[in-house]
Amino acid sequence: MSTLETAADDAIRATRRVRRWGSWYVAEHRFRVMRSYAQTVVVTAIGNPVIYLYAMGVGLATLVDANLGPDAVAGVSYLAFVAPALLASAAITVASEEFTYPIMLGFKWNPVFYGMNAAPIEPGQIINGIVISVTARMLVTCGIYYAFMLVFGAVPSPAGFLAVFAALLTGLGFGAVLMAYTATLTEDTGQLAMVMRFVILPMTLFSGTFFPLSVLPGWLQWIGWISPLWHGTQLSRVFAYGAEEPIWLSALHVLYLAALLGLGWTWARRVAARRLNR
Amino acid sequence: MWGTVPEPVIVAENLVKRYKEFAAVDGVSFEVAAGESFGLLGPNGAGKSTTMRMVGAVSTRTAGTLSILGMDPDRHGPEIRSRLGVVPQADNLDTELRVRENLLVYGRYFGLPRAQVARRADELLEFAQLTDKAKSKVDALSGGMKRRLTIARALINDPSILLLDEPTTGLDPQARHILWDRLFRLKEQGTTLLLTTHYMDEAEQLCDRLVVVDKGVIMAEGAPAELIRRYSSREVLEVRFGSDLNAEVAGRIAGMGDRIEVLPDRILIYSENGEAELVRIIDAGLRPITSLVRRSSLEDVFLRLTGRTLIE
Repeated sequence: MSTLETAADDAIRATRRVRRWGSWYVAEHRFRVMRSYAQTVVVTAIGNPVIYLYAMGVGLATLVDANLGPDAVAGVSYLAFVAPALLASAAITVASEEFTYPIMLGFKWNPVFYGMNAAPIEPGQIINGIVISVTARMLVTCGIYYAFMLVFGAVPSPAGFLAVFAALLTGLGFGAVLMAYTATLTEDTGQLAMVMRFVILPMTLFSGTFFPLSVLPGWLQWIGWISPLWHGTQLSRVFAYGAEEPIWLSALHVLYLAALLGLGWTWARRVAARRLNR
Repeated sequence: MWGTVPEPVIVAENLVKRYKEFAAVDGVSFEVAAGESFGLLGPNGAGKSTTMRMVGAVSTRTAGTLSILGMDPDRHGPEIRSRLGVVPQADNLDTELRVRENLLVYGRYFGLPRAQVARRADELLEFAQLTDKAKSKVDALSGGMKRRLTIARALINDPSILLLDEPTTGLDPQARHILWDRLFRLKEQGTTLLLTTHYMDEAEQLCDRLVVVDKGVIMAEGAPAELIRRYSSREVLEVRFGSDLNAEVAGRIAGMGDRIEVLPDRILIYSENGEAELVRIIDAGLRPITSLVRRSSLEDVFLRLTGRTLIE
């Protein structure tokens, strides 16, 4: 065998690790970067549940329960009704940060993705690595949120902890699509701010978060049906207090969110491959 | 050199990269031997960076064959990249991480164990003369330091081939010389260098052999001295008569030297003896505002081959 063939064989052997674990190396990078804003991560992860659960679940709930009784909404207290929805919203908040700016950064502002790709990392692995790291942060955020829900006495069902995973799926489903869209942006001329204002905010308001979707007039309810947050919130409620709905509907929530996740993930991988291969 | 090296580590044949109708690289062929320092010299937009990206296995070629270390980038992209070090034209260091962290994180992309990466990072900081900056933020570094850090990062996997895309563009003269010194050391250690540049002095300093590229095609190939010998004369006399007069004077000295190039700001007279040509000009009753006799450089080769200057 020639020296070159030997060298090629060595390279192929040595690269097996990267082919298998490359996504995790990218996640490692993200974790290291997150460490630089760890304080923000922790403060928001603790501060948000405290503020929101207190304001909505205690403040607003006093008003609602005073007028409608302890089984105020859908047969439970307003706190129990709103808490699983806030949990799902928290996942969406993490998604809207971690699936947008790090993507713009890596492709454009501080093009580290090109550096990763100049090493043996493949474009798809970069996207996988982002998903892994965001999943981890989301899990921590939702876990802490759930702990505060317990402290506030907002979780009647023993299966309540499953709401954390419902929230996770919500954040990832919505986030994956957002990530793919962000990856297509070659310039941020305010598109991301528009998404925050005209997609995420209305979605939070009209996804049955603070009041049941059925309260809305029929011609507005479609927002809920296409909203990942509504599907996630309903699923979260099924786990948190056993909200009643047909089993097929619960299955539909899971399928819808999983489909978004699959779609966004695949789309993002394609966009990354196209952008990095100039 | 060719006699001692059995197989070239880079082989490009009729390499083409087309973006829709535009051919950025249009049938380029070259070979680079192990341990050689090979340059792509040409103006901006000549297709140098595109060629580098194809060799770097991050840009799929439109046509032609390409083999890096005996592997085809279409099939073995990650494997090829595991043996390359890449210094891109624009630094893409991670500004969210500190200097040493940049090396640590980058080493992991090659699947190297943490302890090994840490050891190597310290060696490379030393090599790049950045040890005392290990904990600095990247943005606090000067342009030259950033470049050195990028080179250190490119060496983290102990690459067989180092790709350098315009390594010293934008650096001040002192920073360039420090960088050249580092690259010389690598060359001495036997690292294969493939570099692009539009600086003649850089190509003459660093390259054993080079190709002159323009508009996606190779105009000439050879060692710097050989190219100068082949395409230019030994000396060049540069005379200036002032912008308005240059063209007029050019007609009167048309027969002098081996060849004459009239540029907007000066006239170049190629000759084996520049001083003698200057005497002839003065004898003809002409009085240049300034005159300069110098040795031919790759700039002259480029001018001869393309009719244009390199930095326009």
